[in-house]
Amino acid sequence: MARLSFTANLHSHVACPDRELSARTVRELLNAYFDEAAEVRSYVLDDQGALRKHVVVFINGVAARDRTHLSDEVPDDATVCVMQALSGG
Amino acid sequence: MSNRFHVATRKGLFTVSRTNGSWSISDPAFIGTPVPMVLHDPRDAAEYATVSHGHFGNKLHRRDADEDWREITTPAYPPKPDGVPAIIDPVRQKEIPWSLEMIWALEPDPRSDGALWCGTIPGGLFHSPDRGESWRLVEPLWNHVDRAKWMGGGYDYPGIHSICVDPRNADRVLLGVSCGGAWVTDDAGATWRQTAHGMRADYLPPEEALQPDTQDPHRIAQCPAQPDKLWAQHHNGIFKSTDSGTSWTEVEQAGPSTFGFAVAVHPDDGDTAWFVPGVKDETRVPVDGQLVVTRTTDGGQSFDVLRAGLPQQHAYDIVYRHALAVDATGQRLVMGTTTGNLFITDDAGDSWQTISHHLPPVYAVRFV
Repeated sequence: MARLSFTANLHSHVACPDRELSARTVRELLNAYFDEAAEVRSYVLDDQGALRKHVVVFINGVAARDRTHLSDEVPDDATVCVMQALSGG
Repeated sequence: MSNRFHVATRKGLFTVSRTNGSWSISDPAFIGTPVPMVLHDPRDAAEYATVSHGHFGNKLHRRDADEDWREITTPAYPPKPDGVPAIIDPVRQKEIPWSLEMIWALEPDPRSDGALWCGTIPGGLFHSPDRGESWRLVEPLWNHVDRAKWMGGGYDYPGIHSICVDPRNADRVLLGVSCGGAWVTDDAGATWRQTAHGMRADYLPPEEALQPDTQDPHRIAQCPAQPDKLWAQHHNGIFKSTDSGTSWTEVEQAGPSTFGFAVAVHPDDGDTAWFVPGVKDETRVPVDGQLVVTRTTDGGQSFDVLRAGLPQQHAYDIVYRHALAVDATGQRLVMGTTTGNLFITDDAGDSWQTISHHLPPVYAVRFV
């Protein structure tokens, strides 16, 4: 199970509590989360399903590389953090 | 006269009301977040605000009577079909995204209660039949072959900033596109044609200057009572149409400058319009540091330069395209500026009163 959390700045716009989910990739992880909290999706992904350009996903502290297809692997027991980038503020 | 209006700014949304003869600012919402557009729908008193989060994208909110703001459905581009080639901005040689960049225009669609039109960057027009609960991309325009000629202007990508619904026939809608000219449908969006004929672009080589698809109208406004008469504040100057937007004529003299962003048209008299001039084009400050409004009452043959009550020394205010509005009487106008000044007039611009000197940069003002 991976633990998924979101930047505190997002909590002020939409409810997005931490969750533990099973997934092999970032795409699977986010989709599993959005299945239960669809309203969070558009804050993290654009309308084509890509990561918003000023949002970053860290997997065990390393930024995910595939921002379009979200194919980066998520290891078991990974800590995945959705953060806002320094750009875009 | 209208005693209430909204001010959408770079740092939130505000309501301004007149009570006992004085104006006051209230109901701050979305503080700290850009609000590019606001709409009061007179049919059901619903209010709509677009919110542009720097990191988390654009959102649309609605406030119904006696309720709080609530996030509703944001217009979304459908998945790009496989095999559809990317459109490249013909000047910047940069791919036009197939994704929402910003909501730039919101207007009621009178054909049915709660129906709305929404213009966006990068150039998609959306329609909602149900008060923004769902949206559909108007594909005949998005898929029009000539969209490939559109290009970014002040923003990186082209966008729809003006939506003029003909009060005689709501199936006829005219759009202002920066930079893409003026587009008209007579069948509620099923087919579209370019109508920026007569506009002139001196930011292009001379042989391309009259090409309609690359014109940069900054704002287009239509007279509600005389809808054949429209005005455009264009990057190159002021243009008017007296044939329902089918063709345009340049107005070459209009006080200190013909450059600007905003235009407002009198609700009953299509020969009366207001503009806020600035120095063309990168400079974008008032001429000689004096903030003025120009007004024609004779269809552009002459202009009054209105300055009473406006700063006449070291003023560096610009009024963005949606930040000048006229009420239903044609006597009261409000304008908000890039430096956070908010001015109002009750005599069609002859004299102005300051409501605030310290709002955030103003994107849009709209009377309720």
